Amino acid sequence: MHMADALLSPAVGVTFWLASGTALAWSARKVRHDDRAHLVPLMGVLGAFVFAAMMINFTIPGTGSSGHIGGGLLLSILLGPHAALIVIASVLTVQALFFADGGILALGANIFNVGVCTCLVAYPLLYRPLLAFAGASPSPRRLGAITVLAAVVGLQLGALGVVTETQLSGISSLPLNTFLLLMQPIHLAIGLVEGVASAALILFMRQARPDLFATSVLASPVAPKRAPFPTRLIAGLGVLALLVAGVFSWFASVQPDGLQWSITRTTGHPELQTTESALHASLSAVQKKLALFVNYKFTLDAKPGTPDIATRSGADKVAKQVWPAVDAGTSLAGIIGGAATLTLVMGLGYLLRRRKARAAL
Amino acid sequence: MSSINTALRDFDSLDALATRPTRLSAIDPRAKILATLGFIITVVSFDRYVVAALLPFALFPVAMAGLGEISLRMIARKLLIASPFAVMVGLFNPWLDQKPVLQLLGYPIAGGWVSFASILIRFCLTVAAALVLVASTGFHQVCVGLRRLGLPQVFTTQLLFLHRYALVLAGEAGRMSLARELRSGSRGALPLAVFGSLLGHLLLRAMERAQRIYQAMVARGFDGELRSRQVLAWRGRDSLFLLVCWGGFLLARQLDVTHLLGLLLLGHLS
Repeated sequence: MHMADALLSPAVGVTFWLASGTALAWSARKVRHDDRAHLVPLMGVLGAFVFAAMMINFTIPGTGSSGHIGGGLLLSILLGPHAALIVIASVLTVQALFFADGGILALGANIFNVGVCTCLVAYPLLYRPLLAFAGASPSPRRLGAITVLAAVVGLQLGALGVVTETQLSGISSLPLNTFLLLMQPIHLAIGLVEGVASAALILFMRQARPDLFATSVLASPVAPKRAPFPTRLIAGLGVLALLVAGVFSWFASVQPDGLQWSITRTTGHPELQTTESALHASLSAVQKKLALFVNYKFTLDAKPGTPDIATRSGADKVAKQVWPAVDAGTSLAGIIGGAATLTLVMGLGYLLRRRKARAAL
Repeated sequence: MSSINTALRDFDSLDALATRPTRLSAIDPRAKILATLGFIITVVSFDRYVVAALLPFALFPVAMAGLGEISLRMIARKLLIASPFAVMVGLFNPWLDQKPVLQLLGYPIAGGWVSFASILIRFCLTVAAALVLVASTGFHQVCVGLRRLGLPQVFTTQLLFLHRYALVLAGEAGRMSLARELRSGSRGALPLAVFGSLLGHLLLRAMERAQRIYQAMVARGFDGELRSRQVLAWRGRDSLFLLVCWGGFLLARQLDVTHLLGLLLLGHLS
């Protein structure tokens, strides 16, 4: 489930690109100064492993469905959070470019939802403290529980990210509450499944390669620096919040329509008023329909705004203010023009191909 | 495990398309990346109720596919596979947003249907543009271009590694699954305990492989940087390509081409 370009506005897409880009650049610097020499090929191969592992499913007991691992938590454990973020970002990039899963503009948002939420939030702020609390070698059950919890929290944050991005973009009409109620429980289930899968794998790995676990959890180069980590993260989040706020206000000023629309939504009209305006809507729509047939040519000639219709009655004027761009003339022209455009586009594409084929002969 | 094999074939085929010499593959990857970025940002910058004005933008992926000799059917199939999320989220629009914003043959059309159509068109355009970029350029070239555009080297190296070994490890995963299926007689998803050890063994092998790769690389003088033999050279036609693309996007963003065309046709009809 990745965010798609189609649901994003440019302002939100670019903001999350900046946020994820900053996190990536910071991680890249950390990784460059990492003294584990074999890290570069290890990161590449583990990215490929996550990629392959997502194709193998296990059955969820009691249901007919199946699930797979998420990867972010596992990579953080094996590589450290910074290298893990880069690996996750690369996996998402390949998914976006080859499998059309997510999009190029949405990639920033996806890296944030999947990578930053798990590798830079859930892992350092939840998994590691809990593991430190559980002692040097926690029982399998305890390690499993910690893994599941961290996976669930990471995915909940990611789902919250998807909801936030969709809401800020305003392309989908889903109200915040409905969308939250849809996304969070679904991702609670997915998080549990992913957590259980990751736990199964991590427990196996601890048994097979305890050395690896000892080094990555207790003696990794990041471990001694654990104390200052949250403060830096909080500072980062603060910068991010400022950035979002700044861009959001810019977005608001660029598109007053969208803001107006959302304000009328959030101020919450009483029930009566909405039904009244709905009635109003259909009435003035009928009126418009009649008007369209009366002076059809006028509508065509005077394309923008169609002032003759708009000033016909006060009711129409109100209707105009409530809904932007109700213009029947534009609609008809749009439909006919649309068909013509698509025909032209396909024709041009065909021509380009034909010309090439002939040239090859 | 037909799904793994299909995915692998898809992965391979898209990249293989780029190895053929076409008019489009001669363009500098940076120009194509920048053009695609401009395209996507322009497409998503439209208001949520815009449908008709988006249609002219289909020319970009279609023309790129034409110049790059990429089958539109293959792109369409990938679009269909990837569509569920955008469709599911968009599908709520007609239901929630019932204000009429458009008249079609005298019937009011709810805003939700219009914005739903807009979401679907945006989805097709943006995803097709990304697919065409890879199919016409090749992933390796895209990475070289990204590096030259200033992405951190750690990241582009990681992308190249991932691309190189994803096929290897996915193939290994497919063979392990197949072996298990043949021995156990059960197909599809695994019981959790088997899943853990199967993936665990795959992971152990992957880590050993990384160690071998590292040793081989060090033996050949690896110093933390992957060097590419290809040198990118920005030529006049790359600037021209980028200018034409961006100019076209800007023009189609400012002028509602579809509407103008419709008016023209209506004028002739009446």
